Amino acid sequence: MDIAILLAVLKRTLIAGTPLLLGTLGEIIAERSGVMNLGVEGMMSVGAVTGFIVTFTSGNPYLGMISAVIVTAAFSQIHAIVSISLQANQVVSGLALSMLGIGISVLWGKPYIGRPLHSKFGEISIPFLSDIPFIGELIFNQTLFFYLALIIGFIAWFMLYKTRPGIALRSVGENPKASEAQGISVVLYRYIAVGIGGALAGLAGCHLSISYSKSWIEGIVAGRGWIVIALTIFAAWNPAKAFMGAFLFGGIFVLQYLLQPLGISPSILAMLPYVTTLIVLILFAIGKESRKKLHAPAMLGEMYRRGER
Amino acid sequence: MKYSFKIINNDSYTRTAAIAALALSLVCGFIVIGILFLAKGINPFYAVWKIFSGSFGSSYGIKETVTKSIPLIMTAAGLTVVFRGKFWNIGSEGQLLLGAAAATWVALKIGQSLPSPLVIFCMIIFAAIFGALWAIVPAFLRARLSINEVISTLMFNYIAAELVSFLVIGPWKGTTKYGYPYTDDIPASVMLGHLPDSRIHYFTLILAVILSIIIFYMLFRTKFGYEIRVTGENREAAKYAGINFLKTTLLMAAISGAMAGLAGFGEIAGIHLHLTSPEIISSGYGFTAIIVAWLGKLNPLLTIISGFFFAGILVGGDAIKLSLGLPAATVQVFNGTILVFLIIGDFFLKHRVTLIKIRQ
Amino acid sequence: MRDITKAFNGTFANKNINLHVSSGEVLGLLGENGAGKTTLMNILYGLYRPDSGSVLINGEDVRIRNPHESMNLGIGMIHQHFMLVDNHSVLENIALGFPDSPFFFPDRFIRKKINTFSEKYGLYIDPDKQIWELSAGEQQRVEILKALFLESDLLIMDEPTSVLTPQESIDLFSIIRRMKDEGHSVILISHKLDEIMANCSRVTVLRKGETVGDSAISDVDERSLSRMMVGRDIILTFEKKPLPRGKEVLNVENLHVISDRGLETVNNVSFTVHENEIFGIAGVSGNGQRELIETITGLRKARSGNVSLFGSSILNKSPRVINNRGVTHVPEERIRFGIVPNLLIYENAVLKHHHSHPFSSIMFLDYEAVKGHAKDIIEKFSVSAPSINVPMKSLSGGNIQKLIVGREINNKPPLLVASHPTYGLDVGATEYIRKQLLQRREEGGAVLIVSEDLEELVGLCDRVGVMFKGRFTGIVDPSTTRLEDIGLLMTGIEAGEDS
Repeated sequence: MDIAILLAVLKRTLIAGTPLLLGTLGEIIAERSGVMNLGVEGMMSVGAVTGFIVTFTSGNPYLGMISAVIVTAAFSQIHAIVSISLQANQVVSGLALSMLGIGISVLWGKPYIGRPLHSKFGEISIPFLSDIPFIGELIFNQTLFFYLALIIGFIAWFMLYKTRPGIALRSVGENPKASEAQGISVVLYRYIAVGIGGALAGLAGCHLSISYSKSWIEGIVAGRGWIVIALTIFAAWNPAKAFMGAFLFGGIFVLQYLLQPLGISPSILAMLPYVTTLIVLILFAIGKESRKKLHAPAMLGEMYRRGER
Repeated sequence: MKYSFKIINNDSYTRTAAIAALALSLVCGFIVIGILFLAKGINPFYAVWKIFSGSFGSSYGIKETVTKSIPLIMTAAGLTVVFRGKFWNIGSEGQLLLGAAAATWVALKIGQSLPSPLVIFCMIIFAAIFGALWAIVPAFLRARLSINEVISTLMFNYIAAELVSFLVIGPWKGTTKYGYPYTDDIPASVMLGHLPDSRIHYFTLILAVILSIIIFYMLFRTKFGYEIRVTGENREAAKYAGINFLKTTLLMAAISGAMAGLAGFGEIAGIHLHLTSPEIISSGYGFTAIIVAWLGKLNPLLTIISGFFFAGILVGGDAIKLSLGLPAATVQVFNGTILVFLIIGDFFLKHRVTLIKIRQ
Repeated sequence: MRDITKAFNGTFANKNINLHVSSGEVLGLLGENGAGKTTLMNILYGLYRPDSGSVLINGEDVRIRNPHESMNLGIGMIHQHFMLVDNHSVLENIALGFPDSPFFFPDRFIRKKINTFSEKYGLYIDPDKQIWELSAGEQQRVEILKALFLESDLLIMDEPTSVLTPQESIDLFSIIRRMKDEGHSVILISHKLDEIMANCSRVTVLRKGETVGDSAISDVDERSLSRMMVGRDIILTFEKKPLPRGKEVLNVENLHVISDRGLETVNNVSFTVHENEIFGIAGVSGNGQRELIETITGLRKARSGNVSLFGSSILNKSPRVINNRGVTHVPEERIRFGIVPNLLIYENAVLKHHHSHPFSSIMFLDYEAVKGHAKDIIEKFSVSAPSINVPMKSLSGGNIQKLIVGREINNKPPLLVASHPTYGLDVGATEYIRKQLLQRREEGGAVLIVSEDLEELVGLCDRVGVMFKGRFTGIVDPSTTRLEDIGLLMTGIEAGEDS
């Protein structure tokens, strides 16, 4: 294959993997605290629509990005309130959040369909590093989102494993009762974790609308939110392992376009990410079965109530 | 002075309290939906009025509401089974589509050559089997490999939708439907009859109600229903009681999938008469049915009522879609908001929350 | 603590309790299960708030609203069930509770400090090990370390020896003595009289949520303490008729079982249980008893060996088949395994038997028969329940267990397997359930019990097998064996010929 085409494909892969990585990092943090949030699809939709509308009206993509993060973080708190304080089933609550988010994005985004975005994120070249042949263009000549995803991924890993609040967050997901006994506020940590999850999903969503496609399309998230939840399992709840999964799936999204000229029906190609998700989950489960030791936070999905006898 | 909430379990609530909580949840839900409309610059009272007048306010509206309640009642009844067993089948949408595809295929293949009652019977069987298959695979993955069924059933939704798109554009594209993504129409002999001046395919309606009643008895009067409920409430105890988790999970998933598949059969034989793009075959019935099941407290008799109610919202949604120019997925806002408030209502029904003072 | 009162759902767990500790003192807090010891300590630790009463520390009235405030006041608590995160390392567990550990890389700082404490108090531990890799005694040391990190002046220990081997208990008390010498105070919660007598300087006795005694240890003896604790002299004699051992019911041969973690947890175990016999399995929990029972009842697959009932193999059969053959099971962790809390009482009364006559035909459950059966059990086994139409979770622990025992024993099964049948129950329920087991023995049934309560086993059983690290270190006749010797077997020291 021509080196230029290879470079373009790999670069597209990284770009397509970026929202998946951001979303996965957010879900990892939420799930590590013991809260499963199935609302990622909805949260990404809200992030996407907020980012687009603010960028479109203000002409400032940075403002769009910040608004998307804030609005989605606030939106995620619906799940936090319902599942943490009101002790509702996390599955149902997360589904409600997804439906609501998708609905809101469609409702708010309607007037913007087919209107192109004029102000968008340009690529940022990192001085010197971007001059490295191939690698420089591939990794150091990307948009802000890509760099953010890498930095956030590193910070998330570092915070979780190398700092005291990180230990506390993981403990809250593993054994909330013990954590409470150590003076850690389980409720506060879970609210914050869900909020961070929401913020990152918002960032992921607005990447789709203001950087990846640069226009508003109904159903822009297209199941990426659900893939993120699968990737969280795939990454064994470890941010370091999220990179590989996210970019692998980024590659699959790109593959769709690559295979189109071969005359395969676009509908069949559109199945690729979903089929791959299933295959990955199956392979992963079979592999885990033999090793017997799952890394899922012990209390994932379980509600916690203080002072329960 | 500082204040704190004190939460006490309250399992002994009355039926009146339950209904009041339900009503209050719905009212609060509609207030929030109204606010969302307001934010869009739409008069919320006008919108809500439009919804209800569109669905329940005219004989046309009521007929449409009944029509749309058929797939909802059918699918939701199946969902009560899996949800009681804590198998989160979110894949009804895909199972419905597969059922629709199977029914179409049967009708096109044998519709001309065999007597119509037999063809309809085969359509029903195939729709149920394919719907069930589409649910059994995730159930197997769940029971054997502990793969989260929410994700797998959702992936199956997407795959089913793409599969149907592929079929209607590609191999099954009708010879008589130039340029449209339709299959050929099924033979007139297997089309289901309608009530006069309506699209109510009463055969499927009656089938849905009868099956709902059967499922009710199955859940609360049979061994299998008991095993489903034990498995859902306490899986460890189920294992201790000698209940086979794999078998129970596969069976309940099959029931739920088959019901969704039957809903798909109804949409083909009663409404569309051909397979077409997935978003036309099902306007989110699979997802709305989740709320219907939840609103009906996972009781297959109550889901008949809640199914009718939500069908009204769907029809009302169509009405405002036309009069206010809103996209179809706006209905998801209703679904999400109402589900959130149902959960909240449930919490306040089952717990007593009091504000207590803490002395410093 | 003054006049502490706390009620749960209308029943008093604590009623006007007074308690005081001086520095450098080991106070014993004595009481039976359910006397309110743990509730009282959880109030002191800020996990519960008292309904009324006050807590004074160094003469100052304080409000303890959460564990954090309690820690700041120099109170540390070691719960009966350790408050440790199993999948985390020792370092991470200590960092969790230690607010002064640095934000970044807390492990480096803590590692240094652990070493100094280890020297000072004789607490040796590998800081990088994960909690689940440690023995119960080691886990307890982690808990003590956590308290020491917080410079706790007062350390509350809830039943600290209940999960320890005798040797580990000796080590623990030497640590406690060194702490006392350093000026720490310790509250030792226990229902074991000998421990209190040997290690405490003062003792407070609770009964049914009220203080019934408070005196220096030199003023009391075991007999007077036990009278205070239960309100009467303990009569640990069970009315057990001598019966000849009947024919063989259960035969376990060379059984090997693998645990969830892939380790050999039952290692070449063989024993038999006969009619008219209660066979007990003693041992500190986690030595393979659970997996052994799960294998016998069909919940777990064995790797090799054989289990047979009346001579025909039931090895690796499904729980339902084994149940049909006549093995019933009172499971451990009754709420987790034995009942479905949200289903109604009558639905729970047929759990496990719902598929058999007379409760079901080919498809349908006969709810009349089920309800009749439930009423029958409730009456026969004196379960106190408002009605059979309420959710199971509204019953108390004792009544739940009575219902389970009733359900499992009612059909007079040839073999009844009971895991920790009286764990955590009040005196009345305990006594009742023990009587039922003995009655089953008299009727000709075979009974297999697992318990950590050595006195219970010695009182009930005809033979006791002692388990340690998956092996039977001995099968003894409790009427001719000293308790101490069984204790030694529990630590893996097999009885020599001279004992």
